[in-house]
Amino acid sequence: MRNMAAPIDRMGLLLLTLLPVLFSISDAVDRSNFKTCEQSAFCKRQKDVKPGQSPYRALLETLELSDTRLTLQLINDNNKVRLLLELYRLQGNMTRVKINELKPLKPRYEVPDVLVKDPPTEPLSVLNRDENGMVLSLGADSQRLIISARPFRLDIVDGPNVLLSINSRGLLVFEHLRLRKDTKSETDTEQDVEQNVADKDEGEEEVKEEEDQPGMWEETFKSHSDSKPNGPTSISLDFSFPGVEHVYGIPEHADTLKLKSTEGGDPYRLYNLDVFQYELHNPMALYGAVPVLLSHTTDRTMGVFWLNAAETWVDISSSASVQGGSEKSQTDVRWISESGIIDVFVMLGPRPTDVFSQYASLTGTQSFPPLAALAYHQCRWNYNDQEDVKAVDDGFDEHDIPYDFIWLDIEHTDGKRYFTWDPLKFSQPREMLQNLKDKKRKMVTIVDPHIKVDSGYKIHKEISSKGFYIKNKDGGDYEGWCWPGNAGYPDFTKPEMRAWWASMFAYDQYEGSMENLYTWNDMNEPSVFNGPEVTMHKDALHGTWEHRDVHNLYGFYVQMATAQGLIQRSGGVERPFVLTRAFFAGSQRYGAVWTGDNAAEWGHLKMSIPMCLSLGLVGISFCGADVGGFFKSPNPELLVRWYQAGAYQPFFRAHAHLDTPRREPWLFGPENTALIREAVRQRYTLLPYWYQLFYHAHRTGQPVMRPLWVEYPENAATFAIEDEFLLGKDLLVHPVTDEGSRGVTAHLPGEGEVWYDVHTYKKHQGNQNLYIPVTMNSIPVFQRGGSIISRKERVRRSSLCMQDDPYTLYVAVNAQGTAEGELYIDDGHTFNYEKQQFIHRRLTFAEGELSSSNPSPDSQFSTASWIEKVVFMGVTKPNAATLRTAGGLESALEFEFEPATELLSLRKPGVNAGADWTIQLR
Amino acid sequence: MFCAYLLLAISLCVSFANAVEVQRPRGVPLSKRQFYEENKPFTCLDGSRTIPFDRVNDDYCDCKDGSDEPGTAACPNGSFHCTNAGYKPTFIPSSRINDGICDCCDTTDEYNSGASCQNTCKELGRQERETLQKQAEIAKEGFLLKQQLINEAKKQREEKQGKMTEMQTNRRTMEEKVEALRTVKEVAEQPEKEAKERHLKAWEDQKAIIRAEKDKTKMAEAFLELDDDADGYVSVVELQSHTELDPDSDGALTEAEAQGLLGGAGKVDTSSFESAWNNIKDKYISESQADSAAVDPPVEDNRPPVPDNEPYHDEEPVDEDEENEDDDEDDDYPEEDSDKPIPSVHTPEKSEQDEEAMPPYDAETQTLIDAAQKTRDDFDEAERALREVDDQIKSIEKELSFDFGTSGEFTYLYSQCYDLTTSEYIYRLCPFNRVSQKPKYGGSETNLGSWGSWAGPEDSKYMVMKYEHGTGCWQGPNRSTTVKLICGKETVVISTSEPSRCEYQMEFTTPAVCHEPEPVNPDVGSHTEL
Repeated sequence: MRNMAAPIDRMGLLLLTLLPVLFSISDAVDRSNFKTCEQSAFCKRQKDVKPGQSPYRALLETLELSDTRLTLQLINDNNKVRLLLELYRLQGNMTRVKINELKPLKPRYEVPDVLVKDPPTEPLSVLNRDENGMVLSLGADSQRLIISARPFRLDIVDGPNVLLSINSRGLLVFEHLRLRKDTKSETDTEQDVEQNVADKDEGEEEVKEEEDQPGMWEETFKSHSDSKPNGPTSISLDFSFPGVEHVYGIPEHADTLKLKSTEGGDPYRLYNLDVFQYELHNPMALYGAVPVLLSHTTDRTMGVFWLNAAETWVDISSSASVQGGSEKSQTDVRWISESGIIDVFVMLGPRPTDVFSQYASLTGTQSFPPLAALAYHQCRWNYNDQEDVKAVDDGFDEHDIPYDFIWLDIEHTDGKRYFTWDPLKFSQPREMLQNLKDKKRKMVTIVDPHIKVDSGYKIHKEISSKGFYIKNKDGGDYEGWCWPGNAGYPDFTKPEMRAWWASMFAYDQYEGSMENLYTWNDMNEPSVFNGPEVTMHKDALHGTWEHRDVHNLYGFYVQMATAQGLIQRSGGVERPFVLTRAFFAGSQRYGAVWTGDNAAEWGHLKMSIPMCLSLGLVGISFCGADVGGFFKSPNPELLVRWYQAGAYQPFFRAHAHLDTPRREPWLFGPENTALIREAVRQRYTLLPYWYQLFYHAHRTGQPVMRPLWVEYPENAATFAIEDEFLLGKDLLVHPVTDEGSRGVTAHLPGEGEVWYDVHTYKKHQGNQNLYIPVTMNSIPVFQRGGSIISRKERVRRSSLCMQDDPYTLYVAVNAQGTAEGELYIDDGHTFNYEKQQFIHRRLTFAEGELSSSNPSPDSQFSTASWIEKVVFMGVTKPNAATLRTAGGLESALEFEFEPATELLSLRKPGVNAGADWTIQLR
Repeated sequence: MFCAYLLLAISLCVSFANAVEVQRPRGVPLSKRQFYEENKPFTCLDGSRTIPFDRVNDDYCDCKDGSDEPGTAACPNGSFHCTNAGYKPTFIPSSRINDGICDCCDTTDEYNSGASCQNTCKELGRQERETLQKQAEIAKEGFLLKQQLINEAKKQREEKQGKMTEMQTNRRTMEEKVEALRTVKEVAEQPEKEAKERHLKAWEDQKAIIRAEKDKTKMAEAFLELDDDADGYVSVVELQSHTELDPDSDGALTEAEAQGLLGGAGKVDTSSFESAWNNIKDKYISESQADSAAVDPPVEDNRPPVPDNEPYHDEEPVDEDEENEDDDEDDDYPEEDSDKPIPSVHTPEKSEQDEEAMPPYDAETQTLIDAAQKTRDDFDEAERALREVDDQIKSIEKELSFDFGTSGEFTYLYSQCYDLTTSEYIYRLCPFNRVSQKPKYGGSETNLGSWGSWAGPEDSKYMVMKYEHGTGCWQGPNRSTTVKLICGKETVVISTSEPSRCEYQMEFTTPAVCHEPEPVNPDVGSHTEL
């Protein structure tokens, strides 16, 4: 046990410094609609538990070890309730820790459907064992898992270093299911109960009766009461990251990328809520929740995935202590959930990219969107009628601005009955859709999950007659107020309900729909205007489970069912596109998310970057913010800057509140129209690159929009950067997000790297802070030296119009004179890529030779696109450029060279984009 | 790549279709043909460089201005010329070439995209001609109507101006009349005033005599009352019983004070009581009245002083004047509140006044008064008439001050209203006044803006009207309406919409914006470039 003692001593020392950390002072600003931790009974109960000696003890003699898992009982020495600990070593350097009651009164909720499969395990082996604990091998080299018995704690170590400690602060709290005391006394004679208790006690010393605390059996917030028939069920566990200063993730919050210490304030809250006019820079819950936290140091990146769908609070504290003369920081994270079980996945990295792969192996990767969904979306609440849609559509042509999707918000329906059209304003939806289709454009209509209670409405009638609605605590259909007035909420946790919902998207069910109509799921937190915290009562029932148990999953299921519907309507051929506001871990598999109802303020523009970066870190790459800001009216400068920033964020959609003045791009004078046109065009030229990034996100789980530290994990200067970001690893974007800005300072990372301004081709050295003067035209974007990026420079009305257009390759040469990149092409909208129907070219430039080769020889696809031009940045003037095609034919290419920028343009190689070829510079 | 060789399009097929089509590179308008000479080096139209002719339309952008690729989509800023024989020639952005969408009615923009475009130029041309013809007819008729409107407006304006001149002349006459009548009035009022004053003075004298007599009687009565011992003298002691006479109001009438009142004497007889009476009569209370009159202090004194911050402040009685005014129709209040008995001290005075009412004017004075009253009435009437004329003049001036168009063609809209009924609302446009919206099935009217100004672009400012400052919107601006005017035979609101929250748009046809149609060219549309 020698190797175990050292880290534990260390932890003990740290513990002392951590004692005063858990004082929470609730902040009473005007947020009275939403609970603070203090107002949330379980959070308050849990926060009242201070770090210290844990009452939990591991009963080592109960150890059972099979090939795939280790189980062990834990006992709470105060109440003698036993827990069952399960440990798994998962493939891909992950550890799963599950804790449940050994014998719960009834089953506790375990989140289904989020994991793509039962995570494959690898054998665990006990290396060492005594009465104080045991050491398990985590396979890889020096990684060990140490179980200490009294008090119970887990440490994951790598050689001499503790990577992560669990329950090191003794904050494991597992509120076991119990009978209500008054019930108990009335039903004294119930043998079962007595038996049960007796079982548990197993002759051990007398159990201290736990006092009921306020809020355990019912709770009132404002005028809403929560009946809590199951009593207290909350759980909590602490994690300590020695040496860690930077933690990220747990979206969605309108806050910084790097998570802040929550000492002295409320913890970060994860509880999907429709927050009206949300504020910036606070830990309040928003529309979505992904309970994944990443830690990062120059040495290692790790992740913790807390698989629980109930209301969750995450407390973060950081500290520094002196050890052997050097200062060492530590971050402590405590998770608190209202119900369910403890089910934690520890992703051990060690590189950022490993953590992304690990998480992707659990919850899946970003769905591969149709290419058009990566283009520009024009939305407003609301486009009033078909004439309005046509006028806006024509407006884009008239002003020569491309767009792919026009969106209809709730007013398009017949009285907020989704799947219907307003009979006066949208009387001919197919004609409207056909007109858009004729221009190779598409439409999105909103389909929300609140269903108008109206006996004349088919959707309601069917859900009601099939018993698919969520039930209230008394067993009747749950009803709440939302846009249509009185509404029911389908129980999307039911697979039969989801299957039925999906079937409603069939062309013959959703009347007026066509293949170029896609879907937007809003209000799926779910939003209930007259519910507690504008959402559903926690004692509403999803079959046997309470809404409390499944709350954060609701939006996930709505999008899942909708995406399934869009796939099914095409017979499984077409990729769906579904936007959702609420989300959970795994939502990336079903489409895009946006950051909800932001405002036309510079602060919100700035905030769009950390918010989308945080989502990208936890798998959800297809993220965007309403361009222009939803509430309020942007001045032209803000609108232009938002278009410029939005053009370089994954989901690019302008949206506006009903009460704001119109803001189509051409309404602010010719100069601003031109600026917006240019920003949108830059997006369209880069669509090949975006598409390739999404293809990779889909294949590998690597985020599309990345914080700098993901690519430069050893460069501490990048760890807190949130005003610039990388797209893939090759484009660095620093949008202008300040009013009246005359310049921005961009951090160009990478010692020895070079970066090229994509507009001026000017070369800059890496590892510097570069001041860039800006005008209203400027969107500071840099291409990494060593990369090759493909663009389509013929910007047309919509992305589909550009399908067969030629590519221009931008070869940015690094200090070693090399570069590499890829080109991915497929049909842009079907699942045929899964059948190898794509072109995947590998582009390399070294020793004066640029070549296109095929790393996926099994793939089969043909394109009409060809190589129009090749632009080299950072090369010297060659004497000749020769193209050699597959047949060995050689031809000389004409070129131009600009010495000032070392820019070489090769004229018209003309080879097909799917072909093998090389170009030699001599 | 394969396209590249197709693009030197000298339009053989077009040549077949139209024998008069001149050969030139695809997408080049006839007006620029001379810059694209076959087999001669081509110089970009911005002069930036010269390239071999085979690089014109070779699907690669060589010229910064896009001029080398008029027939391909290679240049981001190029434009493509569609001849559109049978219809109107036009330019489209070169990004629309071969994008699979038919833009040119002659299909020439989609020569290599696989899109199956139909040549619709003839049909469009026909429709265009029909439309133009219809429009021309409307314009023609409308223009005629407009001439009438202008004439009418002119006439109306002249009439109005005539009327105004007339009224202004009238006004002067009336003003003179008013002045004359004022003089007459003043002349008549002078003798009236004098006669009235005489009458009044006579009455005042009469009253003085009566008062003196009354005083004497009172004095005698008082003497008798005071002379308790009936010795023919009022003594200090006898006087002292009347404490109300206390000069320093300390509540006690001392001997010295009483003596002072009696003029320093110990007692006075009837004749010397006269001067003592003058000292005491104002305060003296007849013993017979003492019971009733002494206890009626002013009402205000009865109110307890109520500090502002007292809790029962709310119950403080409302000021009586207000109460009486406010509660005229309020039956809840007891009657005496509104019908306060007049304090009794005033009663004798009143009866005195009644007794002493001024006698009627004598006949001579009355004649003077009647004469003066007549002049006053005449003057008032003349003045009222003058004011009326002033109002009329102002109203005409206001009307004449509106900008009713260059020739007054919009005059006829003044003080008219036009309704449009939609599924939900009745919209009403009252030109130069206001726009409003009323729910069809009950509910109050909403003001969508009051007349603001003409708001068309500089060269056609009379095509758009702006109505502003309507009812405010929740968290938004005040409602406003933009009215677009369209040439039509009839004056009708043809559409309304609310493209942006609380910003309304109306379309309104009126002959007043019809222009004289240009003579319809029978060739229009079928015109080709040759």
